[in-house]
Formats: sequence, structure tokens, C-alpha cells
Amino acid sequence: MTTILFLALLLAYACGMLLPLCFPSRPHIQNVIAHGSASVACSLGIALGLIGLLASEPLVWFWSSSIPLLTFSLRLDSLSAFFVLTISLVGLAVSVFASGYVQEFYGRIPVSLLGFLYNGFLLSMLLVVTADNAFFFLIVWELMSLLSYFLVVSEHEKPDVRFAGLFYLIMTHVGTAFILVTFLMFYQETGSFAFEAFRSADQALPEGLRTLVFWTALIGFGTKAGIVPLHVWLPYAHPAAPSHVSALMSGVMIKTAIYGLLRVYFDFLGGPFPWWWGFVVLLVGTVSALLGVMYALMEHDLKSLLAFHSVENIGIILLGIGTGMVFYAYDMPHLAALGIIAGLYHTINHAVFKALLFMGAGSLLYATHTRNMEEYGGLLRRMPWTGLFFLIGAVSISALPPTNGFVSEWLVFQGLFLSLELPSLFLKLMLPIAAALLALTGALALACFVKAFGISFLALPRSPHARKAQEVPVPMRVGMGILAGLCLVLGLAPAVVVPLLDRVSEPFAGISIAGRMFEMGGWTLAPVSGEFSSLSTPVLAIILVGLTGLGWGLAYVLGGKGKTRFYKTWGCGLNVTARMEYTATGFVQPIKRVFSTIYQPTVKLETEFLEESHYFAKQRHFEFSIEPIFLKYLYHPILKFFSTLADRSRVIQGGNLSLYLAYIFVTLVVLLVVMG
Amino acid sequence: MSAIDFLLIILQMFLVLGLSPLIVGVIRRVKAHMQCRHGANVFQPYSDLAKLFRKEPVISTTASWIFPATPYILFSSTLAASLLVPTIIAPMPLNFAGNIIALVYLLALGTFFLMLAGLDSGSAFGGMGSSREAIVASLTEPALILSLFAVALTAGSANISAIVYKTAILQGIVLDPPPHLMALVALFIITLAETGRVPVDNPATHLELTMIHEAMILEYSGRYLALVEWAAGMKLMIFLTLLVNIFAPWGIATTLSPSALGLGVLVFVGKVVGLAVVIGVFECMFAKLRLFRVTELLGAAFILSLLALVFFYILRV
Repeated sequence: MTTILFLALLLAYACGMLLPLCFPSRPHIQNVIAHGSASVACSLGIALGLIGLLASEPLVWFWSSSIPLLTFSLRLDSLSAFFVLTISLVGLAVSVFASGYVQEFYGRIPVSLLGFLYNGFLLSMLLVVTADNAFFFLIVWELMSLLSYFLVVSEHEKPDVRFAGLFYLIMTHVGTAFILVTFLMFYQETGSFAFEAFRSADQALPEGLRTLVFWTALIGFGTKAGIVPLHVWLPYAHPAAPSHVSALMSGVMIKTAIYGLLRVYFDFLGGPFPWWWGFVVLLVGTVSALLGVMYALMEHDLKSLLAFHSVENIGIILLGIGTGMVFYAYDMPHLAALGIIAGLYHTINHAVFKALLFMGAGSLLYATHTRNMEEYGGLLRRMPWTGLFFLIGAVSISALPPTNGFVSEWLVFQGLFLSLELPSLFLKLMLPIAAALLALTGALALACFVKAFGISFLALPRSPHARKAQEVPVPMRVGMGILAGLCLVLGLAPAVVVPLLDRVSEPFAGISIAGRMFEMGGWTLAPVSGEFSSLSTPVLAIILVGLTGLGWGLAYVLGGKGKTRFYKTWGCGLNVTARMEYTATGFVQPIKRVFSTIYQPTVKLETEFLEESHYFAKQRHFEFSIEPIFLKYLYHPILKFFSTLADRSRVIQGGNLSLYLAYIFVTLVVLLVVMG
Repeated sequence: MSAIDFLLIILQMFLVLGLSPLIVGVIRRVKAHMQCRHGANVFQPYSDLAKLFRKEPVISTTASWIFPATPYILFSSTLAASLLVPTIIAPMPLNFAGNIIALVYLLALGTFFLMLAGLDSGSAFGGMGSSREAIVASLTEPALILSLFAVALTAGSANISAIVYKTAILQGIVLDPPPHLMALVALFIITLAETGRVPVDNPATHLELTMIHEAMILEYSGRYLALVEWAAGMKLMIFLTLLVNIFAPWGIATTLSPSALGLGVLVFVGKVVGLAVVIGVFECMFAKLRLFRVTELLGAAFILSLLALVFFYILRV
């Protein structure tokens, strides 16, 4: 049954990839087939994910190949099933959205090709999280990277898109190299590429090698996830892609790295590991979360802003997982499970609201043809649905109750607070500090989304583009609506979500805590440690709705019906125009100034005065930029080192064929002498 | 949930609704006295609210639905947050619905929409207020969570009712002086910042150089302004309640007997009004800080709450 389901899923993706190619120069048919098939495949994926999550035994598929060491083996355990579910849920909404959004590209980009890459990309992500053989995993991982690279450079006529693509390609291969090294170390010890062998090797790996595996996996998968300081490619590549692809890349692709980390740390390495592993992951998470949101604040390109928020949210996910690792190291399985569940909950939540927000950004791009927030404004009136959905996404990502982002951040907070049960004083102090920095991150994210929503959707239109904007087609609204609904459902139903996540964490933490997470018959979330703390989002939601009614009733009783007058905003005697409004740059100026140590802003102000008097300015030129610290102090020196090295080695590059043959001959002789 | 629980929630709701304008009135009166003015009656805020509710509101033609919706959201989220904080009895029946994080984020929900509303009218004043509120809110939130966590440690629970209940039984400060005192000072500074008091903000001025909260709500009028003002009063009340009930929970009812409840109400009103007088006096003794000096003040609050945490653990070792 499940095999048929899986084969049907493969078939649907194959249809989505290949059928559109049979209808040359009929973009609309290509579009419908490609995204229709993707929607069908994603629906099947949702079913498969749910079956896998609820199954008691992992499902296994197996095809041998004639290549040594490679088998096409797939395994759907609860961890894989959770990621299959996440990818498919988001994939379904994005596919519906894409069928509207891609109309934008008719005649510019071959839709059949876009559909081929899009379906292939979704399929490769599914295979990454189900592969059960290291060789096969690397092939599909590489496939995922390459397909997403081709999608990033869809609009390759623009030079900045080409740059973003190249940057992405290089960084992702650096990451892949580290993952390869990770797997080779396992191979060296076990003599097999099968994950099954890695799994049973947990105690066989010597201590030094385990530590090495920890670091290479962190760097390898961290590059894909976009942890600081390996995040530099992300804010270039994610915005450069077409918006529905950005939604997938930011929403789900970077989550495959979280999958990889969990797989390697808990599944392969397993066993007791030192506490400092968890601490390193926590540290990386905290720094990524804080710096991610700080750089997001300074971005006024809506898609880049969202890309930086992905760095932030990966940080929050790692905070959850890192807490779990710390507790795991101290053999406190209940709390370890809590940390993992918090991380996983935030994984699916971030996938949902980030994809939603990227689709919102795509809708704005579709309607106004610009990504610059300073040219938006007043769009809530022109695009009420997009605005509402974007607002729901913004409230969720700002972790405000009763949405999904709030529930998972709350769980992360509980994990950090329960550090009071740890034996180590150092960690007892460090984890609450991480919690405080998470609070700072949350508050800055809130400020950032006030900016993103307020400047884009409220007040007066700031440009002719925004004045002429119109609501986007129905499929795009439906795609966003699905995820906006999910934001609320995931927030109000932790009673359904947490037991499912518990099935994922159970094999790793070695204990099921679903029974200890709830009180009052599932209405209240009360994590593990007795009466430490509790939360009930459904009750909070009921109270909020009820009290809003009370406020309305009070206003009615105390003030009567009353008329409301509509009149223009007071502008100190002038008519208010868009030029008087606060800009996005102005909005974040206080934050920029307070955290100037981090931003190191440079401001250039040139004033051209009137000839008659230098008290009156004729023209002013204002330019401001913030220092890209990581590029300047980390990446540029490395690049410089390699280009110097290349320069030096030019001496031996004669360009003459016989010279190169001589080199080969000399090398051969030397090798023979040395080896002989 | 029994009928009594339900009654208690209703009682607390009306207590917060009813008492918060009085607190605002008391602070204004105290400030007037300190500045050698006669000042208005302490009940003046009630009349103000009643008048505002009856007046015709004006809504900017540039504004979207966010602008008229915000006062209701702000009102309900602030009132919901107040239901998590025990006033006259601990633990509150709604103890289970949320802990310190839920309190902080419920208040943030209101702030989020208020900041949006500030931008919605298109006036530069509103944007300025939102922008300043963004930085002040960002810097207070970590200190707020850390200071509340420091007191949560003594109680062994992060639910506010449980904190108050345990400290009421354990006699709070008496048991754990240094961490509690530091957290107290931190929370006092945070209270001034969160509720827009001198030296962070000045609720009595409409000068564009200084105002934060008042700039955000500048375009509001009529019943919308009434709801916003009422919510601001309730927020002030929440923070005063936190201060008095966490650090001086004496007299709060811990059982459901009528005499305990009666005493609880009296003591509570006394304590909150007393603290309001302190805030009023405090406001007159300091000048408003420049926006960029506020950072240092809030940084101090953060360090103090961190020290409270350090001392808690070190004194236990």
C-alpha cells in the first residue's frame, strides 16, 4: 500500500518534470501540468508523511544498483516522515501559489524548464530526507543543490542574479565537501556506506573521530542551514530566485540541514556525548538568531529581509536542539526530548510562516514590480487579501500569541529555563542568558515586522508602482491562505502537534514524553517538570476574542452608536504626502545607532549649496551603508589568500603542452620512487 | 473550571478595569503637588474616559482597517495579560493559561499593533513614535524576562500566580534578599520604560522632540482614544501589581474565605496606590533622558537582573 503510494508520488513528480516538455510554446498548459502534478505529488507526500509518523516500524524501500557501494535504499522513519510532511505541506501551498505566479514569466523564461526544475527540486528534497545510504544521500543532496542553483539563476540576464548564483554554488559545495568528509570518516570505521552500518557504529568510533564528525557535520550542514558565519550566501541567493522558489528554499530546503544534523548527532553518533557539543550548538544558535535579525532590520529589500530572518529562525531552531543536546549529555532524557520537540516544532512553524511571507513578498513583486520597501506603501487597501495573509505571517514570525511561532518559541524558552535542573553552574547561568538574548531577538523581530508590514502596507503609496498595484490572482491568494490558516491551526493545536513530534524525538531521547506534556485533558501545555510552567493557547485565544467583544461592548454602552468622521491626517497645515511619511530607513535609525558597534555604519552626506547663499541647499546626496563584517574580515582575507596563491603558482603555468607532459612525467617518477 | 473560579476571573477583570484610571489619577495628582500645582481630582481620568467615549472620533482617510481595529486588540490583549497576574488572590484560576513568557508576549501583541497604527495615519509623528517605541521595547524585553526568571527561580515555577503564591508563603525578600532586591530594582526600571514614564518617556507632554507613546497615539480620538488610554492605564496597573505582589505579597489571599478576600482587596488597593505615589514622586525627581541615554538605563536593568541570577546560584552553592 505504502509502496504504491510512494510510486504514485514518484510518478506524479515525473509527470510534472517531463510532461510540460511535450507542449512546446504553450506556457499556460505547461504551467498547469507542472504545478498540478506537483500539487498532487505533495498531497501524496502529506499522506505518506502522516503514515510514516504514525507507523510503528520504519518503512523501507530498496533497489540495488550495479555501482559498487551504491544502493538506492530509502527509509521512512519518524524523523524522515516529519520532514516529508513539512516539505509536502509547504510544497502543496507553494505549488498552488506558483500556478498563478509563474504567469509573470510567460514569454520570458521557458515555463516547461521552470516546471522541470521545480518538480525535480521538490523530489530531490524528499529523497534527501529519506535516503538511507550515504552515497545515495550525497547524490540527491548534490542534485538538490544544483537544481536549486539553476532555479536561483532563472533570471540570469541580471548580473546580480548571476553573482548570487555563483556565490551559492561555491558555498554549497564547500558545505557538501564537509558532509562528504563526515561520511567518509564513518565509512573508514564501518566499511560501508549504508546508514544502517553508521547507526550501529555509535560506540565503535574513537573519541577523537567523534569530535571531528561533530565539527565537520556542523560546518557541512551549517553552510546549508545558513548559520553565522556561514550564512553569507543566503541573503544573496534566496532573494534572487523566483519568489515561489525562494519560499521553498527558505521555508524547507534549509531545513534539510536540520534533518542532517539531527540524523548525524542523535542517530549515528548517539550515545552519551560531551556537554560542550550542545553548548556549541546553543552558541551558534544564539549568535545566528541575534545577528540574523539585526541584519534583517537594516534590509529594505523585502526578500533580503526575509532571507536574513531565515538565519534568525535557524538560530532559534538550533537553540531548541542545542538545549536538547545539553540535557542529553547530562542524561536527562525528558528535558532532552523537550528541547528536540521545541526545535522540531519551530522547524515546521518556520517552514509555514516563512513560505507564507515569501509568497507575500512575491505577490508584492508581482503587483508592483519592485522589491524595494521604500516604494511600497498603502497596499493594504489595494491588496486586502495579500495584506491580511502577510499580517498573519508577520504576527506568527514575531512569536505573538496565539499563533504558531509563539508556541514553539515558548517551548524553546521552557527548555532554556529548565536549565535550573542542570548540575553545572556554568550552564545554569549560560542558558538563561541565551533566553534573554532570545527575548532580544524576539523583540527586534517584532520591530522588523512592524517595519516590513507598516512601511509596505500602511499609510500612503510611496511610488507610482504602489499606486497602481492590484490584488493578485486567485491561485496565489489560495496558496497564501492555506499557510495562513496553518499558522493559526499549528498555534491553537499543540495538543495534536506535540504528540506527533514526540514520536520523532522518542527514538533519540529514548523516552516518550507526550504523556507528560499536557494537563487538563490536552488544553494546557505543561512541559515535563511538574508545575514549572504552563500555557494554553486555545484558552488565550478565547479570552482575546471575548475581551475584544467586551471592549466593543463597553465602547457601545458608554458612548452609544455615534458617528465616525473621516478626514485627512493633520500635517501641520500642509497636506500630508508620501514624502512626509516615515521611511523604512528612518524607522530603524534608532536601532542602527544603538547597535552601531555591530553595524559600523558609514554615512555620506554631500550638499550642494545655492550660489547666492550657503544657507540654502540646492541638492543633497545621502548615502549610507553598514559594514558587512563577515565578508570583510573573514571571507575577503580567505579569497585574497587563494588569489595570491594562484598568482604565485602562475610561474609554473607555461601554457605549453610538452611542459605539462613533463610535469606529469616528473610526478610519476617521484611517486614511483616514494611509493616504491 | 468551577463557578467560583469564573467569578474570581470576572472580579479581577472589573478590579483592573475599575482601578486603573484611579492609578493614573493618583500619579497625576502627586506630580501636581510636587510641582506646586493644585492638580485635578484623582477621579478625573474616569470623567476623561466617559467624555472620550461619547465624543465623535475622527479617522484619517489615509488609514486602513488596522487603525480602528488596533484599540480593540490593544484593549483585549492588555486585559488578557492582566488576568495572568494575581491581584487579590493567589493562585489565580487562570494560572494555567500562561506564564511569564505569555505575559510578556501578550503585552507585545498590543505593542505590535499600536506601532502599526502609529505608521498607518501617514503622519511623521506616528512613525517617529513607533520607531522610538521599537528600540525601547526591544531593550526592555530581555531585561524583563531575565528579572522575572530570577524571581521564578526562588519559587521554582515560571507561572506568575505560582511565584506570588510561593513568595507569599515563603515571605519572599526575607528569604532571598540579594537576588530579590536586584530583580526589584530591575523591574522598577522596566516598569518606568514599559509604561512610558519619566525618565524614559513623558506622558504629560506632546512635544515631538521627546514623546514616544503619545506620538504613536496622536491621531486617535473619541472612543478609540478612550480604549487606548484605558489600556495604557491597565498596563501600568499590571506592572505595579507585579512589583507589589512579587516583592511584597503580604496580605494577598491564599485561601478562598471571604475575610481573606476582603483583606486582599483592601491591602491590594493600598499597596498599588502607595506605589503609584512613589512613581509620581520619582517622576518629579528626574529629568527625562535623551532617547539614546535610555539605552544605558535599560542596560543597567539588564545587568541587575543578570546579577540577580548569578547571586541566586552562588548563594545556593
